[in-house]
Amino acid sequence: MAWAEAAFAQVAARADAARQHDGENGTGMRYSALSIVRNALSGNLNWKRAWRQPEPKPFYDVIIVGGGGHGLATAYYLAKEFGLKNIAVLEKGYLGSGNVGRNTTIVRSNYMLPANEPFYEFSMKLWEGLEQDLNYNAMLSQRGVINLYHNDSQRDAYIRRGNAMWMEGVAAELLDRAALKKMLPFLNFDHARFPILGGLLQKRGGTARHDAVAWGYARAADRLGVDLIQNCEVTGIRRENGLVTGVETSKGFIGCGRLGLAAAGNTSRVGQMADLKLPIESHVLQAFVTEGLKPAINHVITYGAGHFYISQSDKGGLVFGGEIDGYNSYAQRGNLATVEHVMEEGVSMIPGLSRVRVLRSWGGVMDMSMDGSPIISHTPIANLYLNCGWCYGGFKATPASGWCFAHLIAKDETHPVARFLRLDRFQRGYAIDERGAGPQPNLH
Amino acid sequence: MASLIHCPHCGIRPRQEFSIRGDASVTRPAPEASDEAWHDYVHLRSNPRGRHQEHWHHVAGCRRWLVVERDTFTHDVFSVTDGAAVAREGGR
Repeated sequence: MAWAEAAFAQVAARADAARQHDGENGTGMRYSALSIVRNALSGNLNWKRAWRQPEPKPFYDVIIVGGGGHGLATAYYLAKEFGLKNIAVLEKGYLGSGNVGRNTTIVRSNYMLPANEPFYEFSMKLWEGLEQDLNYNAMLSQRGVINLYHNDSQRDAYIRRGNAMWMEGVAAELLDRAALKKMLPFLNFDHARFPILGGLLQKRGGTARHDAVAWGYARAADRLGVDLIQNCEVTGIRRENGLVTGVETSKGFIGCGRLGLAAAGNTSRVGQMADLKLPIESHVLQAFVTEGLKPAINHVITYGAGHFYISQSDKGGLVFGGEIDGYNSYAQRGNLATVEHVMEEGVSMIPGLSRVRVLRSWGGVMDMSMDGSPIISHTPIANLYLNCGWCYGGFKATPASGWCFAHLIAKDETHPVARFLRLDRFQRGYAIDERGAGPQPNLH
Repeated sequence: MASLIHCPHCGIRPRQEFSIRGDASVTRPAPEASDEAWHDYVHLRSNPRGRHQEHWHHVAGCRRWLVVERDTFTHDVFSVTDGAAVAREGGR
């Protein structure tokens, strides 16, 4: 993990440089306790906009399609870590209007396969320094992520996963029933079919404020001169002699030297504009939040008897979700059958949930890959790069995804931790299948 | 997504009775076909935003495989046909 430590040290060192920077390109103004006091004294009328609203220039060295977490993080790291200057992010709606504002805000690095775990741990390390780096409060809360187990074989599987994590230098802890009863007394320990026997804990896992992550990256990228162009839908990818020369958009043609796609659920549609047929299906995933409660659930808890995960937001609402609906969908809304299923899982794990009222539910369009793992890769077109396949685990990967994608675009070279996440792994037989479900996207 | 699906054998049934396998537009290549053809069949999907054909299994009903044509954005269902009939039509 020497490279990760080196990268992390770089982040810390450059945070100081950013502190000096104070945005000659962007909207200026560093956030600090002093700025809060100063603005309070002037009636809070002098806060500047967090980012500019630029019109597109005719040409950019790099264009990123998709102004979500991954696209914004990519643009930020391209400017900050790889020294590129002429960058734009094109977003068809408003910044952060897609999955970065629709997830259940969980961050963790408790993967099992050696192709995944170093990547997610790199992300976890970046999360831990993110707020200083961006000068933005992302409300990272390392409250611990607990995966419950309900039988011996599941316990063995979690021991194996924990050991796999330790082998990559990531701490994991196996909790027995007694320890768990003390920590989480509200669980349904004596369920007739799925008694809770213990859990696997990653203490450094937790949650982050999802919107703030998008806004923090957007503001930090803007301060480094990145043009964030909203309401600008890409409608075509223009190519000459086998290379991308620019994109057709709802705001006219914009030329580019290199093009990066970070379009999540719409990846297949954008890919099709460059005649790429991809190992991706778009599926809808729903999430839910209840009315605000006093602090009740202090961790992120996942159920082992079904696909269910829950945590409590700082506002007090219980945020939870289950699995994808299971059919191809581009609609940001789901099916009632899945709603019922998720509620049943929740009540089966925490009986007290039956007394809580759900306030809202929503859906997001997931770019489900054929093996359940992401793709950060070259494509058959030399100056077109691809970032997709995040399934429903993209939020936790935001910093590392941005960093590795920026590395790939800037140096035309894969970052060491993302070296397994190639597009051609399917063809070559190197699928990264954490669940062992096979090439069936609705089972991942 | 519609909550009710019109099964050609059982009539109008709730969506929970069905299990969805996925894209029905791809055809399994011959066993001796090239790796390229198999890769295409196993991994690559057109994933349209609009009309899409899918294999659905009426697990809690007639247990027949069905081909459902529906819109992946509006969730309108256009047709539900028995899988065998579709295969015969396609000369398979």
